[in-house]
Amino acid sequence: MASHIVKSYDEQLRKLNDTLVRMGGVVESQISAAMQALTRRDPDLALATVAGDARVDELERQVDEQVVTLLALRQPMASDLRLVVGSLRIASDLERMADYAKNVAKRSVALSQMTPVSIAATLPRMGRVAQEMVKDVLDAYVARDVDKAVAVWNRDEELDALHASLFRELVTHMMEDARNITPATHLLFIAKNLERIGDHATNVAEAIHFQVVGRMLSDARPKGGEASVAVVVPGATAGDA
Amino acid sequence: MTDASLAASPHTSPANASANANSVHMTDAARARLRRRYAADRRFRRVGLAAVLFGVSALGFLLFTILSNGFTAFRQTELRLDIVFSRDIIATDGKTDSRAIRAADWARLVRESLQAKFPDARDRRGSRLVEALVSPGAQGQLMDMVLADPSLIGQTRTVWVLAASDIDMIVKGHADRGVAEEARRVNDRQLAWMDALQKDGALRLAFNTRFLTGADSRYPELVGIWGGILGSLYTLAITLALAFPLGVMAAIYLEEFAPKNRFTDLIEVNINNLAAVPSIVFGLLGLAVFLNAFGMPRSAPLVGGCVLALMSLPIIIIAARAALRAVPPSIREAALGLGASRLQMVLHHVLPLAMPGILTGTILSMAHALGETAPLLMIGMVAFIVDIPSGPLDAATVLPVQIFMWADSPERGFVEKTSAAILVLLIFLLGMNAVAIWLRKRFERRW
Amino acid sequence: MTTNPATEPAPASARRAKLTASGVDVFYGPKHAIKKVSIDIAEREVVAFIGPSGCGKSTFLRCLNRMNDTIAACRVTGDIRLDRDDIYAPDVDVVQLRARVGMVFQKPNPFPKSIYDNVAYGPRIHGLAGSKSELDGIVEHALKGAALWKEVADRLDSPGTGLSGGQQQRLCIARAIAVSPEVILMDEPCSALDPIATAHVEELIDELRARYTIVIVTHNMQQAARVSQRTAFFHLGELVEENDTSVIFTNPRDERTQGYITGRYG
Repeated sequence: MASHIVKSYDEQLRKLNDTLVRMGGVVESQISAAMQALTRRDPDLALATVAGDARVDELERQVDEQVVTLLALRQPMASDLRLVVGSLRIASDLERMADYAKNVAKRSVALSQMTPVSIAATLPRMGRVAQEMVKDVLDAYVARDVDKAVAVWNRDEELDALHASLFRELVTHMMEDARNITPATHLLFIAKNLERIGDHATNVAEAIHFQVVGRMLSDARPKGGEASVAVVVPGATAGDA
Repeated sequence: MTDASLAASPHTSPANASANANSVHMTDAARARLRRRYAADRRFRRVGLAAVLFGVSALGFLLFTILSNGFTAFRQTELRLDIVFSRDIIATDGKTDSRAIRAADWARLVRESLQAKFPDARDRRGSRLVEALVSPGAQGQLMDMVLADPSLIGQTRTVWVLAASDIDMIVKGHADRGVAEEARRVNDRQLAWMDALQKDGALRLAFNTRFLTGADSRYPELVGIWGGILGSLYTLAITLALAFPLGVMAAIYLEEFAPKNRFTDLIEVNINNLAAVPSIVFGLLGLAVFLNAFGMPRSAPLVGGCVLALMSLPIIIIAARAALRAVPPSIREAALGLGASRLQMVLHHVLPLAMPGILTGTILSMAHALGETAPLLMIGMVAFIVDIPSGPLDAATVLPVQIFMWADSPERGFVEKTSAAILVLLIFLLGMNAVAIWLRKRFERRW
Repeated sequence: MTTNPATEPAPASARRAKLTASGVDVFYGPKHAIKKVSIDIAEREVVAFIGPSGCGKSTFLRCLNRMNDTIAACRVTGDIRLDRDDIYAPDVDVVQLRARVGMVFQKPNPFPKSIYDNVAYGPRIHGLAGSKSELDGIVEHALKGAALWKEVADRLDSPGTGLSGGQQQRLCIARAIAVSPEVILMDEPCSALDPIATAHVEELIDELRARYTIVIVTHNMQQAARVSQRTAFFHLGELVEENDTSVIFTNPRDERTQGYITGRYG
């Protein structure tokens, strides 16, 4: 798109974009660090990750400030308005993602002091999917790629399905052995966090779609497996197994 | 700022090596340029002031000359004589009806009254010389007295009569009594009589009412400007009555209604050219059209007014169009936007706003017409007219023509009358300009 | 079409069209100023015309009450209808048309007369008032309608030119509504006003919307966004895009509209 007549306006928009991209990068590495700390049972890395969240908060504050300044001084219109408002939403989503990553890291510290629960590869897989979604959606943001954003949006279904199956798996573990309850609860929360990260990634995808196309993604968000409504009955699980 | 950059800057002197020394406006060369600019400013102001001073002093000189020459015309020398209204002279055959009174030898009456005072003037030459002390107007004055009161016949009355112009000039100091007798218009005998009268207190300078109420005359002491003033007033009234409505209407039509095409362009060019046509040409036109073709009376203010109206029309049209054009278009749009017709727009809004400008232009063109002589010469308004016009159809003359005629007269007495007439004309003009200013203020207050 | 007055106002597109232009071309001598513009302006809504200088929005506005007639070199073709009557038909009386379609101009242009006379002028020339008291009523009503009554009620005899800029513009609006028009055209009514005066006029426009159809030309996009329900974007004599104002300012369809309203034009 052509540049603005007022060059400093372009400069401000570019700066906002830069801040957001940088924030995306930090969030991405926070999530991957949290997952690493969890899988490697590395409390130092986990603590470092928890501490790293402050940077994300700082970046979000910067984005807020820049957005308020732009709205007040430039009164953006049309695509600029969508870009600015979308940036605000994306920043808030990214910040939430980072919070979940921090929570994952915190819980991995606790988990590292317990006996490991033998869980299947579902959780790391969930982490991978969530990380991929975050990466893809950030790529889509940088490239203003609506198709890629929509692909991420659709992929949330997969993550929800993984979450539902992990939920069932962990509940089964808890029923089998009461000592598993504490670590499994942590893992449940971690899974929930990853699922929420995915949700926020779809929010970002929606924001990108709004920024570029100017319309909301109107179809209902795809839902694959509802962990919150899943019913796991002890007898039934045993029978299934 | 570093030392290196200081040294590199050729315009920077150590004196102004301050924080802003790198500005191109703070160098010595810049200061010199500034000084030259101020010097040019001052030169221009001085030249302008000199031009204004020159104009003011020229005007001052003119006014001073006119005033010093003219103000004496408002007083006239009078002589006190004991007039014997002798029945022998006035009522030779015993009749005292007005016809007989008019037919009487009034010159003899005056002469005999003078000779009674100066017995040494009874010789032929002396009687002529003594008669020349008194203006011929004295005869009319005495006649009027008797006509008003026939019982005066046979009585003796002390009367102040007008002195002759030559005496008047000596009294006012316009004529020098020191020069050789043969170079004077008043000889030594007459001077002696004059001094005798003065010694008796029988010689005075009285306010010259006749100058403000009378008309033209062959004798400088008898002339009046009122005929010229009235002639000018009638003429200007006719001019204004014709030129103002015609000019304003033409301007409104051309400015607001006429389509813009070649024909109206042609008209516009012609109007502009007409404004520059020498006024004598309008006089010829008036002679050919009004006098010869229409057979209107000669020397009449009606014809003069028509001719001057023709002359003023283009000026009024141009002034009125400029004034109409100066009315902001927003007012026109406002009126049209409310659904006013074009005529309503013009009459309700544009014309009132343009009025001060139109009036100023009109008054200026009237002042121009007031001072115009040449076209009036062509239609006979240069005639010698001793009667005060009673209407625009009477023969009359106008102020500038009157001035022209008096300036053309050889008698010394006309010099002061000319200047006085110029003063009257100037006061007339000032009055018109005052009216213009008053009208403009009045209309402007309504905005 | 049947509408129930008790229900919510119908969406813009569903309202009855007050003014309809189709295929309007305007020429200034050899210059083609307006090119095939077609637009429907619905009853009782505010339509804003926006676009860069010289895009023809004012020219088109002036076609709607035939103010362009006053310019000799201007020629209008196409079809403009007010309530289905062709306003350029030969039998249409321009004076009557302008009484039905009032106009407010860029610069406040009160007549150099009293406030009362300014407002009373239109009713007087159209003979709307039978008596002095009736005229007083019209003037008061118009001034109240223009939200100016409270400020000038005690000085109706003082000159209209003595008011502040914003008051002058509201006086001009009062003058326009005193003639009881059906449509009010506003040609950049706030461009000479400060922000506070502008806010007063904008508030007034919003109130007037209940009774009049309003077409406003503005250079100020925020103003168009604030006061109008529909916005039309003109560019180089063409009507590029016309839509609900919210759509125009968040998601315009045309690249040129987008460029203009985001400040990337030219």
